[in-house]
Amino acid sequence: MSNRSFRKFKDRLAYGLGVLCVVLAMFPLASILFEVVRNGLPAISVGLLTRPTGNITDPSSGIGNAIEGTLILIGMTCLIAVPIGLFAGIYLAEFGDNKFGRTIRFLNDVLAEFPSIVIGILAFSIVVVAIGHFSAMAGAVALSIIMLPIVTRTAEESIKLVPSSIRDAAMALGIRRWRTSLSIVLVTAKDGILTGIMLSIARIAGETAPLLLTVLGSGFFFSGVDQPIDALPLRIFTDYKNSNYPSALAQGWGAALVLVVLVLSLNLGVRFLTRGRSTFARARA
Amino acid sequence: MTLSLQLEELKPASSEASAIRSTMEKFKIQTEKLNAWFANNHVLKDLSINVKENEVTAIIGPSGCGKSTFIRCLNRMHELVPGARSSGAVLLDNTNVYARGTDPVTVRRKVGMVFQKPNPFPTMSVYDNVAAGLKLNGVRDHQKLDRAVKRSLELAFLWDEVKTDLDKSGVSLSGGQQQRLCIARALAVEPEVILMDEPCSALDPIATAKIEELIASLKSQYTVVIVTHNMQQAARVSDSTAFLYLGKLIEYGGTTQLFENPKEELTERYLTGKFG
Repeated sequence: MSNRSFRKFKDRLAYGLGVLCVVLAMFPLASILFEVVRNGLPAISVGLLTRPTGNITDPSSGIGNAIEGTLILIGMTCLIAVPIGLFAGIYLAEFGDNKFGRTIRFLNDVLAEFPSIVIGILAFSIVVVAIGHFSAMAGAVALSIIMLPIVTRTAEESIKLVPSSIRDAAMALGIRRWRTSLSIVLVTAKDGILTGIMLSIARIAGETAPLLLTVLGSGFFFSGVDQPIDALPLRIFTDYKNSNYPSALAQGWGAALVLVVLVLSLNLGVRFLTRGRSTFARARA
Repeated sequence: MTLSLQLEELKPASSEASAIRSTMEKFKIQTEKLNAWFANNHVLKDLSINVKENEVTAIIGPSGCGKSTFIRCLNRMHELVPGARSSGAVLLDNTNVYARGTDPVTVRRKVGMVFQKPNPFPTMSVYDNVAAGLKLNGVRDHQKLDRAVKRSLELAFLWDEVKTDLDKSGVSLSGGQQQRLCIARALAVEPEVILMDEPCSALDPIATAKIEELIASLKSQYTVVIVTHNMQQAARVSDSTAFLYLGKLIEYGGTTQLFENPKEELTERYLTGKFG
């Protein structure tokens, strides 16, 4: 084999290996989507989506309360984590170029990688123990701690991407610094910040471990923030535990499909928001 | 006794007095031993320049001579850069803008600025760009805003081109229109002085000509200080010119005198293209 054709062979080999690895990397996603749709779709019905669990072994029980619970938990979590994360992000971007800022940024990154079960234990020991029982509130606190570092970081990065010329223009108009931050910089960065919020919602929507320790799960519709509540990931887990009942197994697949559609549409929404742009948040999407 | 009588006779009637005063040159901005630093880099050295009211003053000089830093000191934008500081005085109508207790925000409302690259607010419409300075300083009266937007766009020679597209995004305009939008935005807050930092360097010759025409029309109402790289532009638009070199004021005088008969050898060498 001549030197030249050997080089060509190596080139083809490297290319082929690349394609193979891409296929291997995509295989789990494709097979998960396929299995979830194949098993979940037949289980989907108006009754399943609207009825509460009631008795999980009952073939006519639904996942309406779990869908409702997940949406309520997302809402409560956003109410806590978005304002705090947003202002923390503004602070880090605008005033965080010092030792304190660097420390906060480091701790924030550590928190973002924290095992969620540990955060669940924390919420359990503060909220559940204080109230004396499991509650939606405790779950929202746990999920907020998971959401907060993502919102903070994406807000900071999006704000930093706003060109300094925009800030200069506002300052030169005699607009005060806090006004410039809120009304000019934040508005310019809003797509990136929204992206971060949607991605963090996608992340918390699928969290299971911290919910086991905080909201417990429930067979009924929402009855107060201080009461246990159900959520889709919890419902999937409960259905799995009762998978010797064929109806519970089917409902579990249905719940999985609903959850996957929810998370996927959030991600697609992010793609839609960040069309033609390259931002830190997009890189994470 | 006779002397005081003579003085009495010499004293003109009050209407004549005001006429005389208005023809007298008045200094809008005076800098006194202005120095500026970026960290340890001493970029302006003892600059003392008197800017006349209702004139266009051009600041020329080679890159890095401190032209931009100089005008950024006039509206206290220089200090926004981390590590930047300055010393000396900048008198605006005889009041030091660096006096203790002076709020830089109020200085910037009186001394507007236009930047090298057009920088309209990207998320805002043409209308909102012009109204931004007023709105964000608390003006809510829609009629007042409408009037200010129209007046500013007219002053900036942009009204006829955008009057039907006020809701369009500011960044959808052409580069030259964007720069005139930025000038309109600066004019809307009714400043007394307009600083321009190489306002035409990112524009084509036709857009540049429009901006130059605009600058000439602005001086009846405003005092303009323009930094430019382009000596011909300085000669065309300005009444007075200051030549800076390595952070020092080399020569300052009437534009015609400075260009046709420079006193300093360094100025002549720069103007004739021997360096820079």
